[in-house]
Amino acid sequence: MAYSNKVIEHYNNPRNMGSFPKDDKEVGTGIVGAPECGDVMKLQIKVESGRIVDAKFKTFGCGSAIASSSLATEWMKGKTLDEAEKIKNTEIVQELSLPPVKIHCSVLAEDAIKAAIADYRKKTEGNGSV
Amino acid sequence: MKLPIYMDNHATTPMDPRVLEAMLPYFTEKFGNAASRNHSFGWEAEKAVDDARRQIAMLIHADPKEIIFTSGATESDNLALKGVVEMYREKGDHIITSVTEHRAILDTVKRLEKQGLKVTYLPVDKDGFVNPDDLNKAITDKTILISIMMANNEIGTINPVAEIGKIAKSKGVLFHCDATQGVGKIPVDVEAMGIDLMSFSAHKIYGPKGVGALYVRRKNPRVRLAPMMDGGGHERGMRSGTLPVPLIVGFGKACEICTQVMSEESQRLTKLQERLKEGILKNLDEVYLNGHPTKRLPNNLNLSFAYVEGESVLMGLKEIAVSSGSACTSATLEPSYVIRALGVGSDLAHSSIRFGLGRFNTAEEVDYVIKRVTETIQKLRAMSPLYEMAKEGVDLKTVQWARD
Repeated sequence: MAYSNKVIEHYNNPRNMGSFPKDDKEVGTGIVGAPECGDVMKLQIKVESGRIVDAKFKTFGCGSAIASSSLATEWMKGKTLDEAEKIKNTEIVQELSLPPVKIHCSVLAEDAIKAAIADYRKKTEGNGSV
Repeated sequence: MKLPIYMDNHATTPMDPRVLEAMLPYFTEKFGNAASRNHSFGWEAEKAVDDARRQIAMLIHADPKEIIFTSGATESDNLALKGVVEMYREKGDHIITSVTEHRAILDTVKRLEKQGLKVTYLPVDKDGFVNPDDLNKAITDKTILISIMMANNEIGTINPVAEIGKIAKSKGVLFHCDATQGVGKIPVDVEAMGIDLMSFSAHKIYGPKGVGALYVRRKNPRVRLAPMMDGGGHERGMRSGTLPVPLIVGFGKACEICTQVMSEESQRLTKLQERLKEGILKNLDEVYLNGHPTKRLPNNLNLSFAYVEGESVLMGLKEIAVSSGSACTSATLEPSYVIRALGVGSDLAHSSIRFGLGRFNTAEEVDYVIKRVTETIQKLRAMSPLYEMAKEGVDLKTVQWARD
């Protein structure tokens, strides 16, 4: 299968690859997918006053899955939680020119974004601050 | 050393220059139809085909008359299964095969199953072997055919073919063997192995694409087949159609070379395979061998690299041609059914890489591949959440994964 140049570029130079300490209170973590399905994405956000100031990912999966999560971290940075939540998988498909067989990679990235935000909200709900 | 490196010789092999040289005259000046019985052009072509038949028969210890030319191993598999099932329908309606056969067998069998044939799919053990006891138990008085492969195309495991042949003989059941990966790589003797029908092809042994053969036993027993292709009655009526003389000449030459160099070549390839395996295992942890450590094709190495996905490995090894059992490399999004059949978890099936060494690979290339595989796996593991969790001591099998 031929990859788009953007997928190759993200694969060769992944953005924001790495991890934050999961237990930090300003960090939200989303892990989606399953090893037996061939894709697991971990997306983390660092939030200050309702805005995502940093994001990191680690991905087990094909090049398109790696590129989708790498791109997701780029797009999330600087956005408010509400804005980030609106990132759609179709935008990822378009940006990376993913073929139909790879659309599930973008769906997974969208799920990971939502999961990370939900995790952060759950953490902060307890002490009343957002 | 030239890049890219080709190390996918189970898929196909480059043609040996000696094969091409033998073929060339048969495209132009020696263009006759081997079935033209009344002029020198035809005689010349017929002689070339006869010579090739002898060269091919010699490699597998058959009689030249027992070689039926086809377009390749897929056609041979189809002809063997469909031909036997149709011809012997009155005798029985049951065949036995195994779960790790090539798609050319499994999909053919599935079609026949839809038409009412009963099929037993034998499982394989953790190394990929069919158990002869299982076979013995599966045979009924309605069984007309056993179809078990010689060596697996993904994991290289070599089945106990002679034992299977013996069981088939003792029960009076025909034995078809898909030997596409075995012929030319390991010694094949249709007599000693008790094989009644055998598929193989030229392009896996440094010959041209588009030609293969079905060995069809003529004595003890004389195997009969219903043809799939009707027409001029070529190939003892089993496969009509004008013979592709240049391809057949190349197939013959390729077999002749294999007869001469096989024992030396298999030793050399076994050494390269071990060098590749040892080199990778020395550099990386949690790498698992798929298939049996020794009872495997000399040129096959299949490894699962835990915590990384196969397609992303191939992407990292862009100047090296290897293949993967990962779902992402297939159209179905299912990981390799062969590796799954070994009882390996789907996660490790997604992580498998097949290295197929060949006649033209060198030790220098193997060393380069070791280096590049090491770099790529290290890079991808640094990126893998699974590797991170495993290193933190998380048992991945106990994790509740969020699935769609």
